[in-house]
Amino acid sequence: MSSSAIPQPHGLDRRAFLTRAAVSTIVISNGALICLGEAWGLEVKALKPETARTLVKLARDIYPHDRLADRFYAVAVKGYDEKAGKDPATLAAFEGGVAALDADAKATNGVAYADVGWEAERVALLRPIQGGAFFQGIRSDLIVSLYNQKEVWPLFGYEGESASKGGYVNRGFNDIQWL
Amino acid sequence: MANFDLNDDSVVVIVGSGAGGGTLGTELALKGVKTIILEAGARNEIEDFVNDEWGSFLQLAWTDMRTTSGSWRVHKDFPNLPAWIVKSVGGSTVHWAGASLRLQEHEFKTRTHYGEIAGANLLDWPITLAEMEPYYAKAEDKMGVTRTNNIPGLPGNNNFKVLEAGAKKVGYKEVHTGRMAINSQPRDGRGACQQIGFCFQGCKSGAKWSTLYAEIPKGEATGKLEVRPDSQVVKIEHDASGKATGVVYADKDGNMQRQKARVVAVAGNSLESPRLLLNSASTMFPDGLANSSGQVGRNYMRHMTASVYGVFPKPVRMWRGTTMAGIVRDEAALDTKRGFVGGYELETLSLGLPFIVAFLNPGAWGRDFTSAIDSYENMAGMWIVGEDMPQETNRITLDPVAKDKFGMPVASVHFDDHANDVAMRDHAWSRGKAIYEAAGATDVFPTPPYPSTHNLGTNRMSERARDGVVDAHGQTHDIKNLFISDGSQFTSGGAENPTLTIVSLAIRQADYISEQMGKNTI
Repeated sequence: MSSSAIPQPHGLDRRAFLTRAAVSTIVISNGALICLGEAWGLEVKALKPETARTLVKLARDIYPHDRLADRFYAVAVKGYDEKAGKDPATLAAFEGGVAALDADAKATNGVAYADVGWEAERVALLRPIQGGAFFQGIRSDLIVSLYNQKEVWPLFGYEGESASKGGYVNRGFNDIQWL
Repeated sequence: MANFDLNDDSVVVIVGSGAGGGTLGTELALKGVKTIILEAGARNEIEDFVNDEWGSFLQLAWTDMRTTSGSWRVHKDFPNLPAWIVKSVGGSTVHWAGASLRLQEHEFKTRTHYGEIAGANLLDWPITLAEMEPYYAKAEDKMGVTRTNNIPGLPGNNNFKVLEAGAKKVGYKEVHTGRMAINSQPRDGRGACQQIGFCFQGCKSGAKWSTLYAEIPKGEATGKLEVRPDSQVVKIEHDASGKATGVVYADKDGNMQRQKARVVAVAGNSLESPRLLLNSASTMFPDGLANSSGQVGRNYMRHMTASVYGVFPKPVRMWRGTTMAGIVRDEAALDTKRGFVGGYELETLSLGLPFIVAFLNPGAWGRDFTSAIDSYENMAGMWIVGEDMPQETNRITLDPVAKDKFGMPVASVHFDDHANDVAMRDHAWSRGKAIYEAAGATDVFPTPPYPSTHNLGTNRMSERARDGVVDAHGQTHDIKNLFISDGSQFTSGGAENPTLTIVSLAIRQADYISEQMGKNTI
């Protein structure tokens, strides 16, 4: 899986984005998610764009890493969109799960889930559903669809494959100095 | 390489190619005995291995359906993955970490030393350490175990250095880089360890001993050994006298084949071996083959396991280098004053980022979890492996519903921790925490057991036929030409990683089988 799978925003200049967008915000435009701060876009084919945007937020709330940009969570959501496109039951499960979450958010916070401003308030909405199939399906999928992105590994210091480099026998397997 | 006829009834047929089956097949071939190894998995060679945890898992692991029950946490976290073992030529010697420790004298006599323990089905082995010693010596030489045969220990990696520093500070004495079947210098046509890491994903340099490339090719070179991959045995057959006559297996195309045999040896690991005996039930043996004792599938042991991960102020990079070349042995000795019987080893262990997120605390989410993962580069890890209690109710049965693609009922694994296992795990977690805190850890995580890698005991050895499935040579009490050749023979588990003992038993069994064939008793 590669982040390059995400199309760059259509007809928009990447440099212009980088200068115009002060903070990372995902907006919806012409059926695509556009991330202003990070200069990427995600065209969804099966899910509603609003659903995909909520899933990106949800993915980050489940596994929040401040060092990870939204695009890594969006790669996982792109996978959900592809699964939803192949299976109507999966599509219904995502749309239904997000609709229920939005209903909870509106009842409690007055706005849809993705618009609830504070992480702690969103997490409070997730706790009652954490044992359910919708939450668990996304959480367990993220273990692979988020953390098994090779582009994510260096951000945690993980170096991945080493055999082709001769292992670490001459590259620091015993280089610890601080003990 | 040999190519035997399906109707050749003079061959020994071995089910499985791992530590037990791969060793037995090679040893028999070297003695001139015609042998066929049927392996359910594919033949992946060194060049096929990948330094990629999920990719390798999908390439090598047994991922066919299994079911679970019981109070163990694996049932909750991984209900259809009770064991992390290999379906590929070489079996779990492809995946194993290389730790090669002899069982201790008292561990062959647990009933004698531990006494009667409520809920435990303890029994002395019908074999002693003294009887095993010559075979342990042969196995250590064959496998090139470090710290034996004048082979130097492996150099310590960063993860070991952290363990060593903490262990010495809390007063442990027996701390070193282990007895490892990983070359610390070139030996037996294989090079020295390149400190690649990824020991669990198949050793890309071949420095780690595996039947795949260190044994089986030697057997094949004799012209007496044929290995058939993608060949899953579904049934062992017998004649009217109750003697095994051969096996039925699904070949690579899914077609059923019948291979005749003079002797059948089962080495499919402790989940699949009893499953095969149970699935071979007949009118003559309605409870499954070799099951007059009712012990087939029972006394399932998985070692008392757990892990401890410590977070330090500066990087450790635990994934670099040999995964398990580091051990603290002080808690493994016989000492019942700690509130439990049996002992445990503390061994270095590391997981890559993809697996640490899957195994650190399965099911966890939110900032508590991600703050630990954010410290991944600064983590050190150790594995706890100790003796668990054999219990009759911990067992492998045939699932009443789930079947595999050949229509064969799958293994259903029931396991409850014994109170002794729980007490030992709590003790080991606290000692592991003390070690890492002594080395300067700012946070320490007790990690629950992974899917089982040490599966033992489900066809256990016993002196008397009524107490177990096989005798001291792995020969089933009920059927003279049917043998068990894997860890399912273990009467009790000991604290030590089991592979060296499995290999030693297989060498010993090869001597016995060829001798008995010579005498025409089988």
